[in-house]
Amino acid sequence: MKFTIQNHKDTRSGFGDGLFELGKENDKVVALCADLTGSMKMDAFAKAFPDRFFQTGIAEANMMGIAAGMTIGGMIPFTGTFANFSTGRVYDQIRQSIAYSEKNVKICASHAGLTLGEDGATHQILEDIGLMRMLPGMTVVVPCDYNQTKAAVKTIAAHNGPVYLRFGRPKVPNFTPVNQTFELGKALVYQEGSDVSILATGHLVWEALQAADLLTQKGISAEVINITTIKPLDETAILKSVSKTKCLITAEEHQLFGGLGETVAGLLAQNTPYPMEMVAVKDQFGQSGTPEQLMKHYQLDAAAIIKAAEKVLSRK
Amino acid sequence: MKTFYEQAWQIRKLILESLAEAGSGHTGSSLGLADVFAVLYHQVLHHNPLNPDWEERDRLVLSIGHVAPVLYATLAHAGYFPVEELKTLRKLGSRLQGHPGRDFGLPGIELSAGSLGQGLSVALGMAMADKMDNKHRRTYCILGDGELQEGSVWEAIMAASHHQTDNLCAVVDRNGLQIDGPTEQVMKLESLEDRWKSFGWNVISVDGHDHAALMNAFESAQKMKGKPTVLLAKTIMGKGVKSIENDYHWHGKAPSKEQLEGFLNELNKSRYYD
Ligand SMILES: Cc1ncc(C[n+]2csc(CCOP(=O)(O)OP(=O)(O)O)c2C)c(N)n1
Ligand SMILES: [Mg+2]
Repeated sequence: MKFTIQNHKDTRSGFGDGLFELGKENDKVVALCADLTGSMKMDAFAKAFPDRFFQTGIAEANMMGIAAGMTIGGMIPFTGTFANFSTGRVYDQIRQSIAYSEKNVKICASHAGLTLGEDGATHQILEDIGLMRMLPGMTVVVPCDYNQTKAAVKTIAAHNGPVYLRFGRPKVPNFTPVNQTFELGKALVYQEGSDVSILATGHLVWEALQAADLLTQKGISAEVINITTIKPLDETAILKSVSKTKCLITAEEHQLFGGLGETVAGLLAQNTPYPMEMVAVKDQFGQSGTPEQLMKHYQLDAAAIIKAAEKVLSRK
Repeated sequence: MKTFYEQAWQIRKLILESLAEAGSGHTGSSLGLADVFAVLYHQVLHHNPLNPDWEERDRLVLSIGHVAPVLYATLAHAGYFPVEELKTLRKLGSRLQGHPGRDFGLPGIELSAGSLGQGLSVALGMAMADKMDNKHRRTYCILGDGELQEGSVWEAIMAASHHQTDNLCAVVDRNGLQIDGPTEQVMKLESLEDRWKSFGWNVISVDGHDHAALMNAFESAQKMKGKPTVLLAKTIMGKGVKSIENDYHWHGKAPSKEQLEGFLNELNKSRYYD
């Protein structure tokens, strides 16, 4: 599959636009936000459905509890705040009142990872995938662009059970099909190849495609797979790919500990291990900078993926 | 009584210049808090810019990390680090992180902050430790009014009066605004005075731009025995730049380089206001 950039859009707008459309289709959908309506792109929903929108103030823990309670008559609450305040700030509320209580809450988290940029490390959570994936029953979804985020919003509403939806702040290439259907738990093979598998998630998927192009020029055939759902992981697709390529790299805007890389490593260790490299943040906090500077500094860009690919090939 | 309006004016100028250079950041409440910071660093706090780690210093815990620009400008202006360094605000590798980060080693930073609702607990811990050690220094904590919507803040408020930490003084930046609009529309806070009082605090409502009133309030907080004190400091978001005053859209925006000159002109007009 060859992708072209349709435009540059932020994934958080995919969330906002998806939520707005979902609101029109399904009157069971309610939304809660903790003083970040504009940043979360929830204003369209708030304006169109004032009776189904709840401003909680800067009180994320309370928001999670209210959302859990609101599921009582079949309502589908979507909570909105930054990824840091959607997870770490409220972890036990999610664990006990949502996950362990099997409440159908959709935790929607923007500004994930380094690419929120200048606000710096306090806001740049790089641990959220790990935190969420550890919870029994939690589904963890990380779409890669605007179109895919928008599609994912509709799909998670149809799924019965708690979901963590992770997206980001900056405008990035929007390249996946408009009006796609998003399938939970399905990894998407974006480019077939035979030498190395590149499993990427979120903003790193586009970088992986760029890296694969450059690798082709070097005579290396890379298979690029978009891991749209970290949990449940598409084990079949991953095992199928690596049984062909016999080595792999993972790429994510997340801490190495607990992220996609370790998740996949766990899968392979329990099946057939192959040489593997992980493109991720290596046990560090982030810092202020532009998104581009940070992705370069922490080696999360196409160049880093190429380097990792060359390294893993040498270990084959 | 000696006042510090000129210092506050200088701090505001540095805030605007550093934010315009950064291209992003929180202008509104940084400007709004300039008087509180000028009074604290020029009159109230026992501290030494040339020896920032001086063991006996009073501690200032900034709970609302987003107003880092006012802290940085005040510290640089007071001599903690070169004023030139303000130009690196929010840039890769800078000690002046978008929200204060202890790991970057900027002198004068007591706590990393940015996620709201944590600072008062840490300030309380410092005050409790000082009581155990019979230290006479004081701990100050700067909070936002929207921040008071975080339940964790009220855990600290409850515990501080329980532990009778009269060596702790909180300052609430009562500008009435937060990101999504006026606090009373987003999530009602009033009556703040009654709420803090009923949690056992000594409560002083004060004009956050009146230096004499602020100094009096800090002084009476020092004299208070057996209770922590909170200053509910009424401020104007964006204070000093008329065209953006009281506009919550300026919570998290920085002036562009083109806007800077106009803003500085506006600031100039408010220079001699004491
Ligand atoms: C735990 C947490 N939730 C949300 C935010 C995002 N946020 C940053 S500042 C702010 C508004 C704070 O309001 P206030 O304390 O009144 O500060 P002001 O807007 O007056 O500067 C919000 C919601 C945050 N930094 N931390
Ligand atoms: Mg406020």
